[in-house]
Amino acid sequence: MPDTTAPEQITSEPIIIISELNKWFGEFHVLKEINLTVKKGERVVICGPSGSGKSTLIRCINRLETHQKGKITVDGIELIDNLKNIDHVRREVGMLFQNFNLFPHLTVLENCTMSPIWIKKVPLAEATELAQHYLERVKIPDLADKYPSQISGGQQQRVAIARCLCMSPKIMLFDEPTSALDPEMIKEVLDVMVDLAESGMTMICVTHEMGFARTVADRIIFMDGGEIVEENDPETFFHHPETDRAGLFLGQILSHGFDE
Amino acid sequence: MTEKIIGKNPLKEWKPRPDLPPPVRDFGLSGWLRKNLFSSAGNTFFTLIGITIIWLTVPPFIQWAVINAAWLGDNRSACDYLLEGEKNGACWVFIKVRLGMFMYGFYPDPERWRVNFALCLLALGALPILTTGLLEKNLRRIVYLIAGAIVCTVFFGPFPGLTAAMFLSAPLLLSFTPLARQIPVRGWNWIFLFTIYPVIAWFLFTGGIFGLPYVDTHQWGGMFLTLVIAGIGIAASLPIGILLALGRRSSMPVTKTLCVCFIELIRGVPLISVLFMASVMLPLLLPEGTHFNKLLRALIGVALFYAAYMAEVVRGGLAAIPKGQYEAAQALGWGYWKMMGLIILPQALRLVIPGIVNTFLGLFKDTTLVAVIGLMDMLGIVKTALADTDWLGFPKEAYVFAALTYWVFCFSMSRYSMSLEKRFRVNRR
Ligand SMILES: Nc1ncnc2c1ncn2[C@@H]1O[C@H](COP(=O)(O)OP(=O)(O)OP(=O)(O)O)[C@@H](O)[C@H]1O
Ligand SMILES: [Mg+2]
Repeated sequence: MPDTTAPEQITSEPIIIISELNKWFGEFHVLKEINLTVKKGERVVICGPSGSGKSTLIRCINRLETHQKGKITVDGIELIDNLKNIDHVRREVGMLFQNFNLFPHLTVLENCTMSPIWIKKVPLAEATELAQHYLERVKIPDLADKYPSQISGGQQQRVAIARCLCMSPKIMLFDEPTSALDPEMIKEVLDVMVDLAESGMTMICVTHEMGFARTVADRIIFMDGGEIVEENDPETFFHHPETDRAGLFLGQILSHGFDE
Repeated sequence: MTEKIIGKNPLKEWKPRPDLPPPVRDFGLSGWLRKNLFSSAGNTFFTLIGITIIWLTVPPFIQWAVINAAWLGDNRSACDYLLEGEKNGACWVFIKVRLGMFMYGFYPDPERWRVNFALCLLALGALPILTTGLLEKNLRRIVYLIAGAIVCTVFFGPFPGLTAAMFLSAPLLLSFTPLARQIPVRGWNWIFLFTIYPVIAWFLFTGGIFGLPYVDTHQWGGMFLTLVIAGIGIAASLPIGILLALGRRSSMPVTKTLCVCFIELIRGVPLISVLFMASVMLPLLLPEGTHFNKLLRALIGVALFYAAYMAEVVRGGLAAIPKGQYEAAQALGWGYWKMMGLIILPQALRLVIPGIVNTFLGLFKDTTLVAVIGLMDMLGIVKTALADTDWLGFPKEAYVFAALTYWVFCFSMSRYSMSLEKRFRVNRR
């Protein structure tokens, strides 16, 4: 269960330390010299044009992608080719995907209980209770017995959030969680994410929802061409971006009505 | 309620149109006939051809198989009138007299109850799995348990009845222990069918302990042998096939190469030659003097052969699972084997149920090939019965009976697979 510290209390204790991270896909240099430190309880939004390496960066944090150079430390554990380390990090880090990736052969409730039962050896009754609690928190307690194919996209993404929370992660990664959703459903997912942010969860979000970024983020990271181009607090980033690249990007997406 | 809100709205009022009934589709029998059978010249033509074919084949067959057939009696003389050419009919008396042989081969008559009993146990043990969703799960198990024990006691006496009761109640009892935390009752059922049941069945079939007379495997035959080979073949080829498919998709080069070679090698040769190899080559490879049962060799041959086919079917299912499923599972902390067993394979296998059952059907019918290494399966026994000088002249009856028996088994498998597909249809993506 995420601790309920007030959002102001970001500790100075770093929980993710990425230093001089480099990654290649074959010949293609996707991530170039990335340095990023995220503190416990901090909410970081990553934005940038398509193909700039945002997804790749956050997927490196739970080792869905392997990096070739540099160092990633999550909660004091370095991500190296050691299965134990990777296992440990994946238990601390939850991840939300653009297309939800619920398990279609399991009911909503089973989606939420399977991982605690099989990975953390939580007894069935306790896991069910936990799942009910989080399904209530994402405001869909009565969908427990439905299958993912029977519920809407927004509801599926909220189940995915509940499924993650059932593993009590310390950090949550979001890879464009709302971009596969219809406008009507975006809000219900963002509401849950805001709620989560307010509970003090450490969050890294890749998103194009600038309204969300503005209200929730402690820091905005702007990426282009595999590099971190600008790193700023939301106020400065949106009103007086320091780099012209970020200015151009903001001009583009804001003029297309992405702003709320 | 909606009207009230809309009424206050200055915009144009919108009212949903009333639902209309769907258009009438059938116009009674004649309408149905006209629409489906005689809608066009071509359609009429094929309908007429179809009717002609049915008219030419079905009535004569019924005449032969039912009306003119000899049903009563228990010796050859009951069928004499058929051979004298007065009537063209089937001599089912022949089948009746030979039925025991067709079912059990040379398994000694007084011991055949053991086979029946083992098959009953199998049916009872598998029933709760095959009929999930009928009753509340523990209640269902208890009903089966009591029914099974009563049936066994009535037919075979208190000792087998007790065996049955113990066998059937074990999964239920285990499900109340702390072990049940992670494996549901149904899981224990599977575990039992794959561990305890084979042991019980083996002792029942061969005997030699508990005062049961010993029956050597070379006396096994008929439908019983067919079921043993097919059952073990099915039970072994699916898990081995799954492992081969996983190996073929693995990123470890050695495992991958081994699996690919095995699959391609086996798929490249006919089953007959695999059976020959198993019966001729295996003894050469094994150390001198190892006694290696003929039946066991056939079993290994059939299981490995069909495992290779199964592997390809399963691989097709695995390929259809999107990468996101693996990523979601990994991100939640699932390791390889648990992820495969609980997240990926359940989805993949459901996708390829038709392919799996297709392979099972092939396996079931290919058990007839074990005749080449001298095992007397159902068809083999039927053939020896034809050579019996007392009963010369009734091959049609024997083959029709054999075909019908195989068909009954295959058709039930196919129906069951359809019901499975239907059950899993909702939880697809
Ligand atoms: N598995 C892969 N193999 C090769 N190239 C890849 C792979 N995954 C991503 N890429 C490339 O890496 C680059 C960065 O991809 P990434 O998905 O991180 O971008 P992104 O910033 O998330 O973009 P988007 O906003 O479209 O999701 C892209 O040019 C992409 O084509
Ligand atoms: Mg992306």
